[in-house]
Amino acid sequence: MLQLKRSLLTFLGLSLICGLIYPLAVTFTAQTLFTEQANGSVMIKGNQIMGSRLIGQLFTSPKYFHGRPSATDPQYNASNSGGSNLAPSSAKLITQVQKRLQQVRTENGLPLHAPVPADLVLTSASGLDPHISPESAAIQVNRIAAERKIPEADLEKIIRQNTEKPLLGLWGKERVNVLLLNLDLDGLELKRQL
Amino acid sequence: MTINDWLCIILLPLITAALAFPLGEFMANVFSGAKTFLTPLVAPVERILYRLLGVDEKEEMSWQTYAFSLVIFNIIGIAALFILQLAQGKLPFNPQKLGAVRWDTALNTAISFVTNTNWQSYSGEQTMSYLTQMLGMTVQNFLSAAVGIAAVVAVIRGFVRKTSRTIGNIWVDLTRSIFYVLLPLAIIWSLLLVSQGVVQTLSGSITAHTPEGSQQIISVGPVASQEAIKEIGTNGGGFFNANSAHPLENPTPVTDFLEILGLLLIPMALPFTFGAMLKNRRQGAAIFAAMMILYLAGLGFFASVEMHGNPLLQKIGVVNGLNMEGKEVRSGIMNSVLFAQSTTTTSCGAVNSMHDSMIPLSGVILLFNMTIGEVIFGGVGVGLIGMLSYAMLTMFLAGLMIGRTPELLGKKLELFEMVMSIIIILSPAILLLALSGIAVSIQAGINASLNNSGPHGLSEIFYAFASTAGNNGSAFAGLNASTIFYNLTTSLAMLIGRFSTIIPALAIAGSLASKKTVPASIATFPTTGLLFVIMLVGVIIVVGALTFFPVFTLGPILEHLLLLTGKTF
Repeated sequence: MLQLKRSLLTFLGLSLICGLIYPLAVTFTAQTLFTEQANGSVMIKGNQIMGSRLIGQLFTSPKYFHGRPSATDPQYNASNSGGSNLAPSSAKLITQVQKRLQQVRTENGLPLHAPVPADLVLTSASGLDPHISPESAAIQVNRIAAERKIPEADLEKIIRQNTEKPLLGLWGKERVNVLLLNLDLDGLELKRQL
Repeated sequence: MTINDWLCIILLPLITAALAFPLGEFMANVFSGAKTFLTPLVAPVERILYRLLGVDEKEEMSWQTYAFSLVIFNIIGIAALFILQLAQGKLPFNPQKLGAVRWDTALNTAISFVTNTNWQSYSGEQTMSYLTQMLGMTVQNFLSAAVGIAAVVAVIRGFVRKTSRTIGNIWVDLTRSIFYVLLPLAIIWSLLLVSQGVVQTLSGSITAHTPEGSQQIISVGPVASQEAIKEIGTNGGGFFNANSAHPLENPTPVTDFLEILGLLLIPMALPFTFGAMLKNRRQGAAIFAAMMILYLAGLGFFASVEMHGNPLLQKIGVVNGLNMEGKEVRSGIMNSVLFAQSTTTTSCGAVNSMHDSMIPLSGVILLFNMTIGEVIFGGVGVGLIGMLSYAMLTMFLAGLMIGRTPELLGKKLELFEMVMSIIIILSPAILLLALSGIAVSIQAGINASLNNSGPHGLSEIFYAFASTAGNNGSAFAGLNASTIFYNLTTSLAMLIGRFSTIIPALAIAGSLASKKTVPASIATFPTTGLLFVIMLVGVIIVVGALTFFPVFTLGPILEHLLLLTGKTF
């Protein structure tokens, strides 16, 4: 009985500390020190939230850079993340990838059997990957330059500006944030119109 | 693989090991009651708490009392977490207005978090309120890790003490684990994570209006505080369904690095704690070496397989056939491999990529890490317990070879210790084979649950039971485990996996503590040298290989061979 009582008291005491005091104290500190990050690193234009710089969005218009395919339903569903969980030997996976390869090649005017970077035709783990590889951005330059009538050199410049580096050159991969890139793209066009 | 790839996967474990050594020494001081740099800060809080709880700091417990208290403590934990999930609809901190969790999911989740498994048959952002995440999941992330540390500390005392009836005081061990080790690390980690962009808020979801004119609802929550202890305590249960692959749980290579380091840290430190408490640091180093050899060997093989890519994708025009399905660009192949190897060896179960979509031979490594009983570093506390059981088995075999009563660290290993250590090693293995056998033989195990057919389907089912019996919690997530059949069978696997390790281990601790220490003689087999390390690694591989080779062959190995011939399912 003694140990039962101690069990109960210890459980309640530690629950209070670890389950309320700790997370609420961290919330308070985070909201004070890192307000932007703690609230989802959102991008605001006017008084509207355009999205989070950390969360990928679905881009389908030919005027924008496209991100990776997403396995969530619907694509880039940021309130129900997840991957396809298809095996490498899955016939469904291979069919899907073949379809996406054709689409990427047609949209960007590539030859019939042109190799395509893996990230542009394979779904991410979260379905919300905000990045593509610089190679995947590069193969879309031609299309966007034509659609928006912007010189390719300008596009290559904003791709370079939006390329993030691996940590100390070792951990992680070189990557381009698609949302930030597209917002810069809109900015570029706005500047040209002025 | 380039030099940078190799540096990436080898430097991180070495950096972690460099941090784990001082942490191990620190924990040895904490649990011996010696003064540490945190003592002036924590001791007053500790004293107040003991007074409130009615705990006498000096009181010692027999192994039976220790084990009994631990079980009661966990039963209370399961009941509380179960009720919290059913009641969450009527409780505060629920901006999404989520209702009660289904009973079988709630039961499975309660058992899962209390046993440090964090197997999740639900999607976090769609199912659990902020209150449940904080007062339920986060609490058990701390408590289950603390229970693991308490158990291993008691076992270490069994080796250290001579003719003693007691192995420590569980309430003191739990409290110290939390206040000296888990809470300080979790606070540091959570703030580092937030600084990188992991969210920490009590507000509801964000509605974004995208440049293309559609709406995107972004789930947020008190993520960082849970994320930190999820790694530090090798729990692994994600706030979001995509776990550490979700950009708001793991947004940058810096957080990736911190999370892998965090989940390896305490499991790597405990062998050093063992050495320090024994005052035989070479012994701690020898155990650590055996773990590190297995870890690095698996990692190297895994990385080269995964880098090789998927031949089917290469054939249809994907550059290098690079297997980016189920992986994030910011992590790439290498960090995904590093994370997966670390999470399956430490029984953490957090993932930054989808293991289900890995190359089949990579799956063999992941399954091997779990099925040998999570002893390559292993879960917080229980990993070292498992490794010490293997060490006893090794010494028993060595004893047989030279015809001498086996002993380990001056303690004679007799029938009782051997029976208990065999229970620790074999019961999860037997259970997971039996449950997988049942699952593949009946409709409830296969119907509507399999996402992939052919040999990969078998791998999915086997992975589910390997993960739950090993208290890992990662998944081949294509399997739909949110059915009554899987919720109940995996619950059973988790309970037995956990308690068939901890209770026999405490029994061994009690028995060893009561024995005299035999002084080392010229005939004593030294357990700090290279020969011991090699034998220990050998025993682990033989046990793992003999028990599971048939399933590996029918599942991932067969799938790999068929993949090479171009066959799909």
